[in-house]
Parts: sequence; C-alpha cells; structure tokens
Amino acid sequence: MKAIPLSYIARNLWVRRVTTLLTAGGMALVVFVFATVLMMGEGIRATLVATGQPDNVLLLRKGAGAEINSGIERAKAAMVESLDGIATNGEGRRLVSKEPVVLINLPKRSNGKPSNVTVRGTSALGLELRPQVRVIEGRMFRPGTSEIIAGRSVASGFRGAALGETLRFAQRDWVVVGVFDSKKTAFDSEIWGDAEQMMAAFRRPVYSTLVLRLNQREALAGLKAAIEADPRLQLDVKPETQFYAEQSEALATFIRILGLSLSVIFSIGAIVGAMITMFAAVAQRVGEIGTLRALGFRRGAVLVAFLAESLLLSLVGGVVGLAAASGMQAVDISTTNFQTFSEIAFQFRLTPAIAAQTLLFALAMGFVGGFIPAWRAARLKIVDGLRAA
Amino acid sequence: MFLLRLLFKNAFRHRLRTVLTMVGLVVAICAFGLLRTIIDAWYAGVEGTSSTRLITRNSISLTFPLPLSYADRLRSVEGVTGVSWSNWFGGVYITERNFFPQFAVDAPSYLALYPEYVLKDDEKKAFLLDRQGVIVGRKLADTYAWKVGDQIPLRGTIYPGTWVFNLRGIWDGVDAKTDESQLLMHWQYLSETARKRLGRSMVDYVGVYVVRIDQPDNAPLVSERIDTLFKNSLGETLTETEKAFQLGFVSMSETILVAISAVSLVIVVIIMAVMANTMSMTARERLSEYATLKALGFPPGFIVKLLFGESLVIALLGGGLGMALTLPIAAAFAKSVGTLFPVFLVSDLTMALQLAASVVVGLVAAAWPAWKMSRISIVNGLRHVA
Repeated sequence: MKAIPLSYIARNLWVRRVTTLLTAGGMALVVFVFATVLMMGEGIRATLVATGQPDNVLLLRKGAGAEINSGIERAKAAMVESLDGIATNGEGRRLVSKEPVVLINLPKRSNGKPSNVTVRGTSALGLELRPQVRVIEGRMFRPGTSEIIAGRSVASGFRGAALGETLRFAQRDWVVVGVFDSKKTAFDSEIWGDAEQMMAAFRRPVYSTLVLRLNQREALAGLKAAIEADPRLQLDVKPETQFYAEQSEALATFIRILGLSLSVIFSIGAIVGAMITMFAAVAQRVGEIGTLRALGFRRGAVLVAFLAESLLLSLVGGVVGLAAASGMQAVDISTTNFQTFSEIAFQFRLTPAIAAQTLLFALAMGFVGGFIPAWRAARLKIVDGLRAA
Repeated sequence: MFLLRLLFKNAFRHRLRTVLTMVGLVVAICAFGLLRTIIDAWYAGVEGTSSTRLITRNSISLTFPLPLSYADRLRSVEGVTGVSWSNWFGGVYITERNFFPQFAVDAPSYLALYPEYVLKDDEKKAFLLDRQGVIVGRKLADTYAWKVGDQIPLRGTIYPGTWVFNLRGIWDGVDAKTDESQLLMHWQYLSETARKRLGRSMVDYVGVYVVRIDQPDNAPLVSERIDTLFKNSLGETLTETEKAFQLGFVSMSETILVAISAVSLVIVVIIMAVMANTMSMTARERLSEYATLKALGFPPGFIVKLLFGESLVIALLGGGLGMALTLPIAAAFAKSVGTLFPVFLVSDLTMALQLAASVVVGLVAAAWPAWKMSRISIVNGLRHVA
C-alpha cells in the first residue's frame, strides 16, 4: 500500500497556522500540567529517598512512624549501642548517633508566615553517618555551646536562619555559625545543633531517633532479631533509605493523584479541540481526499494520513509543553509534608521516564482526537469527494 | 428578538462542532468550579472559627505541650470567660489511610466553648459519665458507619499501644460550616492511662488551651496579657485568635494551594484556545455571508455583534450546563473523599466566577475573528462565493 508523504501532512498543518497554533497551544498547557505534576512528585520522592544512606539504620519507638512522635530513653539507647553488627570509625568509636528531633515555628523570609522547621540535635558522629552533608559557609557548631548550623534551604527561606544571624527558641539565643549543603536531600530543610544542648534547652530527657551504621549490610537481620528479642526495647528498626521513602509516600501520592486526575479532566478539553480541528480539516479537504483516492491511494492511506496529522499536531503541543515544564527545574519550592508536619524544600525533577510518559500522553490525546475525523475521511466515497472538488 | 434567533440558528449550523465545543466548556467550567471548591474546603477550618475564641500554644511550636497548671492562671486573666484544653491524639484507625483528627479534651469545659457541636442531652450525659467514651461528628460516623455503642480501636502513634473507645454520641453541626469530622475523647482518661502505661511525668501536659473572651474586640489585648503572664517561664506561650491559628495550618500547604489555583486558571485558558479556534473557523467559513450582509447595507458593527453574540451563546450554554453539573459532582466527590475535607460546598462566589469565566471565554474567543471580519472588503468576500 502506498502511503501519503509526510511532507503533505506537515504542510497541511502549516497552511492553517492559527488553528494549528490554538489547538497545539491548548494541548501544550495540558501537557505542561501533566509533566509538572509528575516532576513535583518525583522531586519530593528523590529528595527524601536520597536522604537515606544504604548502610544506615534508623530506630524509632515502636509505632511512632515519624521522628517527632518517637521517644527513646537514654538507657535503651545505651543497650542498642552495645549490640553486634554496628560499624566503628577510625578512632574505634561505634557509629551510633543519638538524636533529639523537634519542630520549631519560624517565620518565612518571603511573607513572614510561620512554618515548622525540623531541629536536630546531633554530634560529630551524626555528621560522619551522613557523608552527603558539607558545611559550605562558616563552620561546624562547637559541642557544648548554643551554636547551630542551618541547612541551605532553611538559611535562605526563614528569617534569622542565615549565617551570623540569631534564632531565639527554648529560652535561648542560638547563633547560626554555619550553613550546610546536603546535596538536595531533606537535611537541607533542617537546623542542626549539639544533641545534649538541645535536650537541655527543650527539657526533653529522651532521644527521638537512633541512627547507626552497619558493619556490613547483612548485619541488619541479626540486629533486628536482637532488638525484637529484647522486650524492654520496643523499637522499630528500618533501613534509613526505606524510612525516608515512606516519609515521602503520602505527599508524593497526594500530588500525583490530584495532578493525574486533573490532567485527565483537562485532556478532555484538549481532545475536543483536536477533534474540532481535525473535523474541520477533513471537511475542507473533501475534494482533495477524493482526488487522492482517485489517484489510487487506499482508504487505509487516507486514514493514516489524517491520523498522522493529528498525532503531529499533538506532538508539537507535547514538545512545547514539555519544554516549558523542563524550565520549571530551575524553580525551588517548599511545602509542609503532612507526614512529618514540617517544611520540606525540593525541586521539580525531569527524568527520561517522565519525558517519555508526557509525550505518550500527548500522542494519546492526538490519537483519540484524530481517530474519528480520520475514520470519516477514509470512509468518504470517491464520487462524493470528487463532486466537492 | 430576530437577532437572538439568528444567533441560535448560526450557533447550531455546524452542530457537531458546536456540541464538541460545548462539551469542552462543560468540562472546563465544571473543573474550574471544583478546583475552587477544593481550595475553599482547605479554608473551611478558618470559616468555622469563632471570634470569641483564642488558642494558646507553646511558642516554640505546636508539638511542644504546656503544663496543666496554666489552666487556673489563664482563668484569672482579665477578659477570659472560659478555659478548656485539648491534646492531639494522632491515632490510627485500622490503617494509616483512614485519617481523621482526634482530640483529647476536657469534655465539660470544651463542649461549653463549642456550642456549634449539637449533641442530644442523653448522649452528652452518657459521654460525660463514661471515661472511655468518645463523641464524633456526623460526617465521620457516616464515613465508617459507626453507631452509638460501637467500640472504636485506635493505634496510638504519640501515645503507644492500642486504645479502645466506646462511641457515646454523634454531634451535628449547627450549620454547614461546622466541622463534623473529628473525634473527641476524655483528656483525663488519656492522661491517667498514659501515666500507667508509660510511667512518665510528660502526661500532665496539654497540647493547646482554648480560651473564650468576653468580646471579640478584646482579642489582641487578652492575647497580650496571656503571653506576658507566661513570659520567661519554662513554657512561653503564643496566643492568637482561632482564625489566625487555623490560617497558620492553611499557609503550611500554601504552595499546593497556589498550584491548584494556577491550574484552575490554566483550564480556562485551554478552553479559551479551543473556543477561539471554533470561532475563527466559523468566521472563515462564513466570509462570503458577511460580505453579502455588508453588500446589503448592514454596518460592520452588525457582523461584530453577530460573532460576539454567537460566541457568547455557545459559551453561556456550555458554561451554564457546566455550572449545573458542578453541584451534583461536588456532592458525589464530597461523599467519596469522606472526612478528608470536613466541609465541601460550592460557594456563591464560585458560581459567580464560573459565570464570569464563561463570559470572558466567549468574549475573548470572538475578539479576533470579529475584528478581522468587520474589516473585510466586500469585493474580496464576495469573490469567495464563486
């Protein structure tokens, strides 16, 4: 079967520029919404998943689910520290970080509206357990003082959290002596200080989280069994990567479901637009179709030609929409994660999979919108077509 | 009258195209209305507040408690006419997906401060007498098909262990703005049981104090008095009106709200493009007609009127249908999401905005074709007839 050349199809779109532009523009907007939503969900997920280190294990009180709900007494922490399977550092110290985690209410730099920021009490060991964290401005806090360091997003996003500024909470003035970068992970949205100082200031006699490094990945099962075997401990043991992935789940799922249902509803509008355009294209070219058929092009060729025109139209819309969406990668956003009740900063993230899904979505709109008009064109009788010419 | 008939005839000359355009409009206007309603629902907690209630919380953040001993000191503050308190319980009902707010409250004083929770007298009495009793809002009870007398197990996240409560009453809101999606339990019971289970001294603390004041105008003054009273103590307080407190929650998800409202405008722009496409096609096809009308002596303004009129007819029909559909869809949506949105009502403002959006779409879509068609020369237009 001889196919109708692609240049003929493309030129048809070019001839009706205004219509093509309006239809493709509508599609581009739908595609833009579709892509940005996927990118947002992926951004949150990537930020939180990257926060966990593969060899690290996180311990919380049983059933707590989030760090701020949890409480682990000093005695329990000491019992965990003595268990087998924990790695040691160069100085022979066991790599266990016992951390109080609390939320404080800070006003945002942009509009003064308060939001919850995570404050983590930690130590040099805590830093060792998280190799992605680097102090990029100023210096590390000194143990035993009211000095704190702020994550990159907190320093730029909240009042009083930049280098050299002072924050007042828990009846003390805390000086920000450093700003740290954690390679776009959740720690960028946290404030870190000395664990013992934090516990004293907040009057919390318990830790929230224990983070420890395994000496080898297989040691997890043994450690888990040892903790479960001791009825005094009552702790949940999770690989850090899994813990952070779970923290992103609700928000990422919420955004994805909201966004996808919106995209589907919106796509009805764009499909209708494509259908109107393609019906008009068919109606205008009845004579041409008759001529093509008389020249020997089969029904199938006509069907394919009109369908291809619609697909090309949607591809233009898809590419434009995707290009606009990829520009969103430069935008930093932050919102409250309902699961942790604290602010999290993240970026839109475009992955090849999202790009492919977006273009497929655009083509699907073109296919659905173009099929019935193309079918009608193909069903046209040669005589009727030529009569119109 | 004649003009109107002509407009309708014109609008439905190309029936398939008009119907398709209207389908697009119905979907767009409906989606626009629903998105706005979702945003309104987010603010429902703010709408349901009272101007005579203040919330006093720990100034560090909401996750830090205040000592129970503050209750008496709060009562003695000038301008305060009632004090109650509540703790966030944060329990899980069967799975994490079944989320609804649970508060442990000092029941007698709390119910006095919230007269909008309308409870039958015998149910109220039963709740006050049963330490393990709870009351829930009508909407929450309907979601899980709970009846008075049922046992409700909750798995604690902040207070460890499994807690079983007896449902003693179901309240109805005094109006549609009242939150009917909460569960209230006895603070006393929570506190005593937690002490037994945990043996911790943490339990004589409360999450927030709810303070009633004599008149709304005194809110700033009383807030200041309270916060000054506890300044430099172990638990410094932050007191704000209930409205400001609820707005604080809304502003936490501001990014998402901004995104939703931006997207609700995008759908209007999409349908504008579709509609403009329809109108420019219509105009192009009728070029010779317009030339004929002009040749007959009709002024260019008449053609402009024709195009705008036709565009508005289609936009208003589609938009009207979309508005009519919004109400049943919103009702169905509210039912399916259950307690996620405590209040889900399409407001008058939303309806007005839907109408305005339809009109704007109709006007914008006709603008360019109308301008172009009013300027065609008769000769050029008539040439198309042949």
